[in-house]
Parts: sequence; structure tokens; C-alpha cells
Amino acid sequence: MFFKVLYMDTQNYLQDLKEIKELMNKSTLFISLSGLSGILAGIYALIGAAVVYYLIENHEGYYITLESKTFKLIVLTAMVVLLASLVTAYVMTVNKATKAGEKMWNSASKRLLINFLIPLITGGIFALLLLRNGSYGLVAPVTLIFYGLACVNASKYTLRDVRYLGITEIILGLLAVEFSGYGLYFWVLGFGVCHIVYGSLMHFKYDRK
Amino acid sequence: MKNIIQNINKAFDHRIRLGIMSILMVNESADFSTLKELLGVTDGNLASHTKALEAENYISVEKQFIGKKPNTSYKATQEGRNAFKNHIEALEKLIQQS
Repeated sequence: MFFKVLYMDTQNYLQDLKEIKELMNKSTLFISLSGLSGILAGIYALIGAAVVYYLIENHEGYYITLESKTFKLIVLTAMVVLLASLVTAYVMTVNKATKAGEKMWNSASKRLLINFLIPLITGGIFALLLLRNGSYGLVAPVTLIFYGLACVNASKYTLRDVRYLGITEIILGLLAVEFSGYGLYFWVLGFGVCHIVYGSLMHFKYDRK
Repeated sequence: MKNIIQNINKAFDHRIRLGIMSILMVNESADFSTLKELLGVTDGNLASHTKALEAENYISVEKQFIGKKPNTSYKATQEGRNAFKNHIEALEKLIQQS
């Protein structure tokens, strides 16, 4: 009789420990990130890169200056890709969160977003300042490095995979400094290929259940 | 055997109280609505359990206004953290023994 009671208690305590772990994760991590949105963001980036490549090929004259139409079109393309990726990520994440019964705006997701945005906005402003000062060659590495740092920083509040994505982006960014002039190719690798690879990984790991 | 059971804390002998402490162990603070949502309990139920933990001095309560809305937020005290850790360790030992 005593042993039976003890056994039942043990089962209850095991259940307690499981619930404690779940609550600790749920209250600190936002895990409804959609892998599929990463894949789509990667595809947008590849399309964007193809457009930019086409623009550069068809540019008349050797230098692309800040005032030129080509440059403005390149910036526009980058903005469209960024916006499309953000909208896609937002819509799909809301979708996944709703399905999982998790609220989109909870303290975990707010913390995730704030910690992601601090390095990202810093990098964005830094890149704009570089453009203004004519250091075009550093723009591609800087955006990659700061995006990577944003991912690493945000990864404390979400799925572990984001950390590895961030580290990959940082390495690519540093390499891009060494191989300046190949900025577009590093962008294709970092924002296109990496997103598709990590997005698929996350999709198969978490979404297809 | 007796020692282990002594460390099982009566104050945590309830799912919701254990849940509140779990959340406050890993978060600096949590407000009433966050706790409610995470634990899936009613206002009255949650309030009675936070009061019980507050009475034990395991959590501290801070009431303030955010704009015009009253906001109650909870924090785990050092005493509460220690008690929770002891409780978990006791649970682990108990499970290992059987």
C-alpha cells in the first residue's frame, strides 16, 4: 500500500516537473516563428538579387553614383524585398501562433522583437551613414553582420536555430569585408540561400507535425 | 526518507502555485493578465493563489497605473526563489529514489 502511494506520488511529481519546464519555456520563449516564412524571405531575396544584377548589367557608365536612377532602383528593390519579407513573416507567424493557441503579442514576443530590432536598426542606420559617406563597399558586409547580431541577440528568446543562422550571417559578413566587390554574391548567400536552408530546417523540425 | 519529504514545500503543493513560481523564476516580473493567460485560470482563482504565495513572502506585489489602467505585477522574492529551488531538489530526489 505504501509503495503504491509512493508510486502515484512519483507520477504526480514527474508531471509537476514537466509542467514547470513547459511554463518556464512558454513564458520566456516565443516559439511560433514560422519556418516557411524564412524560406519565402530567401526566395524574395534571390528574386531581388536577380533584379539588382540585371540593373547593374544594364547600367550605362562605369560608376553607379548615389544620384543615378540605377542606384535608386537598387535601393527600391532592397526595400521591397525587406518589406515583403517582414509582411510574410508577420502574417505566417500570427497564423502559426493562433493555431498553437499562443497569443501573438505576449511578453515573450515583445521581448523577442525588441532584442531583434536593437542591433538591426543600429545596422540599418550605420549602413545609411556609410552610403552617405561613400563607403559603398562596406554596406553589404555591414548589413549581413548586423542582421547576424540581431539574430544571435533574439535567439535567447526563441528557437535555438535562429542562433546558428545569426552566426552564419556574421561569418559571411566578415568574409564579405575581405572580398569586397562581391557584396551582391554574399547577399545572395546570406539573405537568400541561408534563409532557405534554415527556414526549411525549422519547417521540417517544428512545423510538419 | 523523512528528510526528503520535509523539503517538499506545502506552499507549492498546488499546480497553480507551482506554475506561478515557475514563471516568476525565469522572468524578472509578470503581470496579472500574463499569469492568467499562461496558466489558463480565472481571475478569482489566480488572485487567491497569489495571495497565498504573498502571505508566505515568496512573491512581492506591485500595483501601479499604466495610463488609466491599473496593473498588478508580481516578482519572486529571494526567499521564494530559495524555497522553490529546495522544493524542486526534493522532488528530484524523491523521483530518483523510487
